[in-house]
Amino acid sequence: MNIVAFQKTAPGEAAAPISAGAAVVSVRGLSKQFGAGPLVMSGLDLDIQQGSKVAIIGANGTGKSTLIRMLVRLVEPGSGDIRLLGEDVRTLGAAGLKRLRSRVGFVFQRHNLVTRLSALTNVVHGVQSRMSGPRTWTQLLAPREVRAEAMHCLERVGLADKAMARVDTLSGGQSQRVAVARMLMQRPELVIADEPDASLDPKSGEEVMATLAALASEQSATLIFVSHRMEHAISFSERIIGLGGGRVALDKPSHTVSEAELTRFFHHD
Amino acid sequence: MTDVMKPKGGHLPPRIEHANPVAFTLTFAVAAFIIWSLTTAGPSIDQLARGLPNIGNILSRMFPPDLERLDRILWSLFQTFQMAIAGCAIGLVLSVPLGILAAEGLSPHPAIRTAARSLIAVFRTVPDLVWALIFVIAVGLGSPAGVLAIAIDVMGFAARFFAEAMEETDKGPREALSALGANKLGMIMSAVLPAASPSMIATSLYCLEKATRASVVLGLVGAGGIGVELKVAFDLFAYQTAATIILVILMLVIAVEQTGGWLRRKII
Repeated sequence: MNIVAFQKTAPGEAAAPISAGAAVVSVRGLSKQFGAGPLVMSGLDLDIQQGSKVAIIGANGTGKSTLIRMLVRLVEPGSGDIRLLGEDVRTLGAAGLKRLRSRVGFVFQRHNLVTRLSALTNVVHGVQSRMSGPRTWTQLLAPREVRAEAMHCLERVGLADKAMARVDTLSGGQSQRVAVARMLMQRPELVIADEPDASLDPKSGEEVMATLAALASEQSATLIFVSHRMEHAISFSERIIGLGGGRVALDKPSHTVSEAELTRFFHHD
Repeated sequence: MTDVMKPKGGHLPPRIEHANPVAFTLTFAVAAFIIWSLTTAGPSIDQLARGLPNIGNILSRMFPPDLERLDRILWSLFQTFQMAIAGCAIGLVLSVPLGILAAEGLSPHPAIRTAARSLIAVFRTVPDLVWALIFVIAVGLGSPAGVLAIAIDVMGFAARFFAEAMEETDKGPREALSALGANKLGMIMSAVLPAASPSMIATSLYCLEKATRASVVLGLVGAGGIGVELKVAFDLFAYQTAATIILVILMLVIAVEQTGGWLRRKII
């Protein structure tokens, strides 16, 4: 595992672009505890390189979701250091955090779309990473170029024909693909997905994972995803990281790991 | 009954568990206060016996309704409805930002939230007729006072329900927008308001029904509307004209309620 020296970025200073092979995620000695509960994470170290596809696996309660949420401070980190896309995550102010988040596409297990609105409007919302005001609130008010880009994102996930459909009329798989299109609208440098296949049937789950992996490859973006489905972890990643005991308990290239080995990892951890 | 079905004579639980003398005293005191209020403030049997024939007498003098001034009454009713619409529109528009300021998780600061909640409580607690009296003194007799009184009354009701509707929306879309770097206003306008809109529309339609009813009586204190016509008709003992006014008010209120119900079913 690579060790990257931490370098503080001055507040407001733009982070340098990340070159291929450089670490986009670098975590050192990360610990986390919720209230008086047990330690979810205890001195975790981790590096993830630019352009790689990484699956994070582990039994329930091993802190997979907590880890990826701490990367963008959707959950406040405990002690330790997190460096993401060249930024020291823990020291960022509100504006810096907003800037960092705009560079990271996050796909949620529950899709987190506004279900009463159309697929197109939900995708238009993705532009709020770089624009603000009424033109980003609904496709009705969005400028022509924003609508066109949103339509293009929907085309890339195969849902252009559902652009004006309300999200609550779509299937689970379609709904998750709308969430992926919203993430694309952000033009992210790094994609983080928290069990994007969990709430879907096997076929839809596989389609969503294949879409995410293909899009990440197309854009040479880094993809970090959490999955409970071992076949997805093996098929759609280049590296598998297993969490256990609050630390990295498994770290192997995906092609060297078998489903049986992962099953043993789950059961023994 | 067979032996199998016969209840066994086991230990029965007490009818009242953990008897609380304070709760018992309070219940007794409340019951006593209700009875006392009924006997002192409520109508006596004698008053009811004398009053019922009087009501019958007034009702008999109301029929047939006098339609001679129907055009003027309808015009006055239309103006009353305009007053309700204007007051309701102002109140609802102002209720949205006030509701946001009062909503947990959306308000910029706990102190602002407390201030917004307190303001809403004041608006709600003071009756619309009192607001009308205040605005009659402030802006003079006529419909502007009525419009302002309705707006304040609507805000006291709608802002509270808007805040609750916004607080109850799914946090997921908000989190997603926060995760992509959206600002708070973007989150509210893109995720919170669309999700809260069914409840907010239902509240708005109810406010319109409430405002229509209120607009009728505000005229009694000089705040414009058909209430003035009704008061004058009663003052002049023109009960047949009063009957016409009451009937057209009834038709307006029913029409607004029916339309509101239909819109609720259609939109939500």
